[in-house]
Amino acid sequence: MKDSHDSEVSRREFIGGTGAAIVAANTIPVKAQDRSGESNERAIEDVPLTRITLTVNGTEHRVAVEDRWTLTELLRDHLGLTGTRIGCNRGECGACTVLLDGEPAYSCSTLAVWAHGRSVQTVEGLEKSGRVSKLQQAFIDHNAPQCGFCTSGQLMSATALLQRNANPTVREIREALAGNLCRCSNYNAIVEAVQAATRTGGA
Amino acid sequence: MKTFANHNPGSVDEAVAIAQAAISDGLSVSFAGGGTDLLQLVKDRIPNRPGAGAPDVLVNLKSIPGIGGIAVNARGGLTIGGLAPLSALAASSVVRQRYSVLAEAAEQVASPQIRNTGTLAGNVCQRPWCWYFRNGFNCYKAGGNQCFSIVGEHQLHAIFGGGPSFIVHPSDVAPALVALEATFHIIGPHGERTLPAAEFFVLPRDDAGHENVLGDAEVLVSINLPASANGVHSSYHKVMDRQTWTHAVASAAVVLDMEEGLCRSARIVLGGVAPIPWRVQAAEALLAGERVTAELADAVGVAAVAEAQPLAKNAYKVPLTRRLVERTVLAVSGVA
Repeated sequence: MKDSHDSEVSRREFIGGTGAAIVAANTIPVKAQDRSGESNERAIEDVPLTRITLTVNGTEHRVAVEDRWTLTELLRDHLGLTGTRIGCNRGECGACTVLLDGEPAYSCSTLAVWAHGRSVQTVEGLEKSGRVSKLQQAFIDHNAPQCGFCTSGQLMSATALLQRNANPTVREIREALAGNLCRCSNYNAIVEAVQAATRTGGA
Repeated sequence: MKTFANHNPGSVDEAVAIAQAAISDGLSVSFAGGGTDLLQLVKDRIPNRPGAGAPDVLVNLKSIPGIGGIAVNARGGLTIGGLAPLSALAASSVVRQRYSVLAEAAEQVASPQIRNTGTLAGNVCQRPWCWYFRNGFNCYKAGGNQCFSIVGEHQLHAIFGGGPSFIVHPSDVAPALVALEATFHIIGPHGERTLPAAEFFVLPRDDAGHENVLGDAEVLVSINLPASANGVHSSYHKVMDRQTWTHAVASAAVVLDMEEGLCRSARIVLGGVAPIPWRVQAAEALLAGERVTAELADAVGVAAVAEAQPLAKNAYKVPLTRRLVERTVLAVSGVA
């Protein structure tokens, strides 16, 4: 269990209660204060916070989040998991891809509050006992990362593919990675790396 | 991102009540399905409803149990919850077998990540992807009173049904739903209503700001498909300017009711070329009662674009759409 936001919660006078049933009641429209002529400082103090529970890389986290935080912002800025990247922040590049209950999703395009009760896997969750996964080793061996910015997202999409299909065809690999752009355009090496991971027994 | 309050209703009625209460308090409200389109709009401060500000309140429909399933209904048709993920539609064996046009449309939406998150209703109700609207121009769709594409860049804009706005409807599943004669079930502050898919979408000449009839506090809860008779074949063909992860330059949803090589009836609905899913009944009529041949399919393509009114820079869509319809009809009929 890890609760990284206890101090923040009390400072912001988090309106109490735990558990999913209270979540809806904790959300107060902030604009109501904006329009009443209160100072901006007051509006910031009243940003709605919601307590959520989610599992990240197998560890349960109980955190209080601003409703407007994306899942990427929670992972990077508050849980310290900076392997997940923000590229476009618009669901148009794939750098922020994580597995949400095992399925690839753009963490920039889902809110942290919507991840309540769900299981998240990030690139940090791929290594086991300090060793990179076979897929990660194949990325290294085949020079799949050039600048490396898209790599964590590519790894997550490929990991999900290999979990459901141990021997994908090149076409299936390309389709599974279609939602991850590589500005170095190193697609052939990325596909070769995924193929190599397949031959050596998958991710 | 701008601050807002997220609500997790337990029922559709509660979702509608939250939205209605917020609206009466003068707040801006958006329903969130998968949220992939909505969060882009919020981040870029593009109005989700014409003239509205960025939302103060989000109503998270994913928290409502039981509105994301796919099930055969008592009439032998299919009831699909509005919150069904696009990836679930594409993977559903009953959708693939009986309503292949819908499965093919769903599997060609955007990218795997968006299909895992994005929903059927959200895809149908997404806002236009016109580059002016998405870049903050105060056009009809944002609540303004002009369409910047007419004298600007309109290579991807409408060749049918345009004016005063020339957006194209961006959904892949919407043409499939119209071609399948689906009905849309809506719940709002004034109760429930059910509409044929074709009556859900509105042309800019009737309402320049909206793409559909949904009120500000109404939710598209489920979609019903009629029972699929033996002999009904269908397919969705999508032309893109790259191989994946973009909207249709033009698309065709074709449903043919075939019996011993004869086409009993046809429905042809175009995507990416009009502000709504664009049904071409003159082209459908040519197929009724006929044996599909290469010559007939060519004539169907010609009829499909007979009413096209391209702008200065998108006339390429006319022959593109003509051949797309021809090829899709041939593919569905089994001739090609």
